[in-house]
Amino acid sequence: MSIEAKSIHRETFVINLGPQHPATHGVLRIKLTMDGEYIDDAEPIIGYGHRMHEKMGENRTYAKFLPNTARMDYVAALFNSFGYVGAVERLAGITVPERAEYIRVITAELNRVASHLLWAGAFLIDLGGFTPLLYTFDDREQILDLLESVTGARLTFCYYRFGGVCNDIDDEFVAGTRQFITRLRSRMPMYHALITKNIIFRKRCEGIGPITADVCRRYGGTGPVLRGAGVAYDVRKAEPYSAYPQFDFNVPVYPESDCMARYLVRMDEIVESLRIIEQALDKLPAGPVMAEKVPRFLKPPKGECYFNVESARGSFGVRAISDGTDKAYRMKLRSPCFSNLSLFQECSRGMLLADALALLGSLDLVIPDIDR
Amino acid sequence: MTLAELSTQLQALQGSTVTATDHSKQGVNLDVTITSNMIPEVARLMGEAKFALEAITGVDWLAEQQIEIVYDFTCYATGVRVAARTRVSRETPEVASISAVHPGANWHERESHDFFGITFTGHPGLIPLLLPEDADFHPLRKDYGT
Repeated sequence: MSIEAKSIHRETFVINLGPQHPATHGVLRIKLTMDGEYIDDAEPIIGYGHRMHEKMGENRTYAKFLPNTARMDYVAALFNSFGYVGAVERLAGITVPERAEYIRVITAELNRVASHLLWAGAFLIDLGGFTPLLYTFDDREQILDLLESVTGARLTFCYYRFGGVCNDIDDEFVAGTRQFITRLRSRMPMYHALITKNIIFRKRCEGIGPITADVCRRYGGTGPVLRGAGVAYDVRKAEPYSAYPQFDFNVPVYPESDCMARYLVRMDEIVESLRIIEQALDKLPAGPVMAEKVPRFLKPPKGECYFNVESARGSFGVRAISDGTDKAYRMKLRSPCFSNLSLFQECSRGMLLADALALLGSLDLVIPDIDR
Repeated sequence: MTLAELSTQLQALQGSTVTATDHSKQGVNLDVTITSNMIPEVARLMGEAKFALEAITGVDWLAEQQIEIVYDFTCYATGVRVAARTRVSRETPEVASISAVHPGANWHERESHDFFGITFTGHPGLIPLLLPEDADFHPLRKDYGT
């Protein structure tokens, strides 16, 4: 029933969801205008975690800004680094050795799997199911151990460098990763039995929270949100970068446009990421992991470029402008969550509050990535 | 619409310069420089061509006393990327809002207003987005804090 049809004597009231609320996963505030249990208007109010990373990109040298990139989307930190080093390499004309590109793909895809696993657990908590979190975090823990062994960090990785990666992977990492691929593949049927086939989960997700392809286009929505609306757009295919063109993988697409579609896209992406990692390990070339002659104090020539990557949440882009000095003149950081959240106000209108929380969870937001 | 057709249509707009760029070097396929009064026309054209607005970037060119605004558009069907750029005076930076055509621009414009003090005329609510609600400073201006 539409809001208009329900009653002539409608009375609305305003409540705040957040900025401290478990369902917002960070300091996000949503100003809700409610008509009973139905949402009249839901206005996201952001900026509580704003740190002005773009300014920090301008007032320190290129290398000094590297650790910042891991502190925007800290759930999938490697993608931000990937976008940033990609942009600077494009500006400075640095060619990355093939082995380093392969290692970047392997670690980034591991990070994507870890991010999707964390999302699945947290999303189920939003919907009232506690158990799956314990399983997804168990698997995610294996990835963090692997990434820690090569990057030295478990969350805020600072692993990529201009021209390569700072540390080569060893046989132990390769063996451990292969073992993990086997393990997670064998656990996927369990996840589908535990989550996908669960009747309560299905009732909370199927047909709930439609986000159409047109809405995504008008708001710039990307990533699993867009692919869950039936659009096969993936930066790895649309604007191939790094070593991705050398691997065979599918872009999972579900046209249903509901919460279930977005969930299924992410679950399928886990499987596709494992395929990419396996191929990369099989074909891993020998050679150096850093380009030669990358100056310690990088001064890219005057110029401007855009570089974007497919992060776990969508298209993360960097527009970098160099004025020829050792500091960037402008470092624009385009966050996928920013655009994905901006469509919430339109899409949640007229929904039940409980369903809108499912919609909000299905967007997979990382608030510090929105605020930057 | 093919890239060539789009390029022709953009070229036909008054005061525009369209450059086909090398994607592997610049990261975009077309770079359009245009006068600020034609930005709504560009937005309408890109909307009709089914492009999504990905980002709005402000740049403060202190030496020239100008502020540049770069609109990044991308097409999900073809993967084509177009950057449209315009310059306005630094004293009174003003350009028409495109949020009626691209609702996603609403937040991008509020962000650029926060950081550079650009006024987007016709915007439904140009209030601080990321900065505190009483912020009267523009931190990405090059003379901020000096």
